Amino acid sequence: MADKAVPVPTPETQPFWDGCAADELRLQRCTDCGKPYFYPRPVCPDCGSRNVEWFTASGRATLYSYVINHRPAPGFADDGPYAIAVVQLEEGPRMMTSLSGLPATPEALVLDMPLEVTFEPRGDVSLPLFKPSGSAATEANR
Amino acid sequence: MSSETGVIIAGAAETDQIGRLPGQSTLELHIEGALNAVADAGLTLRDIDGIATVAAPGPVQVAHALGIMPDWIDGTGVGGTSFLLHVRHAVAAIRAGYAKTILITHGESGRSRVGAVPFRAAPTSPPGQFEAPYGTFGPTTTFTIPALRYMKDYGLTHEQLAYVAVAQRQWAAKNPRAAFRDPITVDDVLASRMVAYPFHLLECCLVTDGGGALVVTSADRAGGFPKPPVHILGTGERSETPMISQMADFTESQAFRLAGQTAFAEAGISTGDVDHLMIYDAFAHVPIYGLEALGFVKKGEAGAFIADGNTEPGGRLPLNTNGGGLSYTHTGMYGMFAIQEGVRQIRGEAAAQIGDPQISVVLGNGGMFATAGVLVLGRQPR
Repeated sequence: MADKAVPVPTPETQPFWDGCAADELRLQRCTDCGKPYFYPRPVCPDCGSRNVEWFTASGRATLYSYVINHRPAPGFADDGPYAIAVVQLEEGPRMMTSLSGLPATPEALVLDMPLEVTFEPRGDVSLPLFKPSGSAATEANR
Repeated sequence: MSSETGVIIAGAAETDQIGRLPGQSTLELHIEGALNAVADAGLTLRDIDGIATVAAPGPVQVAHALGIMPDWIDGTGVGGTSFLLHVRHAVAAIRAGYAKTILITHGESGRSRVGAVPFRAAPTSPPGQFEAPYGTFGPTTTFTIPALRYMKDYGLTHEQLAYVAVAQRQWAAKNPRAAFRDPITVDDVLASRMVAYPFHLLECCLVTDGGGALVVTSADRAGGFPKPPVHILGTGERSETPMISQMADFTESQAFRLAGQTAFAEAGISTGDVDHLMIYDAFAHVPIYGLEALGFVKKGEAGAFIADGNTEPGGRLPLNTNGGGLSYTHTGMYGMFAIQEGVRQIRGEAAAQIGDPQISVVLGNGGMFATAGVLVLGRQPR
């Protein structure tokens, strides 16, 4: 059976994956208009400026939307139904992610619930996942 | 030719069969659709001087297989709405004098996968880096993600979402070519297997084999055609996002809205002029987004509008009258079939003919809310 998909960084995304390896969620922002953005690319999607810089995000987010997938992607068959989520980062951008420390049920996954980033190894990289904010719920599910 | 030149769909046909066709490759489905459409227009392949289709197999392969060396080529491939964009581009090409008679083809061995291209995002691509690692696996895991946000923000219920499939099955019941024709209830939909919560199996489109093609030419072409001309009154296209996670607002498709505005403005129509509507329905939420984006109802009202019976047989806005991707057929790039049904209704030859519609609007989706195309088709010229 095929393994789970592993991202392969490109030159413009390497700083993001380097950040994940250091347990930091790094985003970019425009130094002309100030707008933070994701996914990594060498131009501001708001004003077209190439004057962009990396910064470390707070790692705080809320649950924007999700599905609970019952037809597993390659490598996910042993996970049972699993959530594919999109989170709203505190800084504004959104990203797709997996949820950690939460059962994949509609009852457990409440839209707008607060989350925080955590990292999990996948192949040669570290993937940013999100877990419930505050350690109590997270510890209980470890 | 000029910007005022009227352009029509003179030929339109699907493959002889749709459904499960393991004996026909993707290329053969293109060829069969093409030959049927050219015959429908009363023309021969020698009349064709322009070709548009998606890769693979692409316009070069399709043209060569048909023995055509076109001097106008469009390989726009932006998902299932590509054929609507081909129509728009063909209108421009004919008005510019670049081509006179353009053939637009679709064929897809979506179910049997004969001669089909394998799909997996390259691990270096943005979707390969920022979506696939989280277990996305085709449209059921991505196109579906915005729905829960919409449901929470606008109060759409699971029952209303399910009813989209129920309404379309009522149209399919009237169509002998539809894959699924037996009536279903909301309970049936909600009892069907969960695919990707909140979507059950019956809220997801079919996966079939098939194809179809169109012949587009100028309205003033001498000689006339066997079938009534279908006038292309307005067109629109938009791209929005290469990844569902980066869709600006999960409760609305900007691409649908803006492509629709462009097409309606060119045609000089408003929603009240529309007699028949096709909205690409890969999943049950897409017609809801489409009805709101095109302005037929206010935001948040489309679920109730469908559940109240307005779009089903006997309703005031007949929608997806072939049964749609949910019940008729869905090869993967369904847009060609949505156009075909719009043409049939304007011609008065649909299986579930709604009377004598003057204006049909076709809204196509590409990818996962990635792109949109809109066509305004008319019985009469503008």
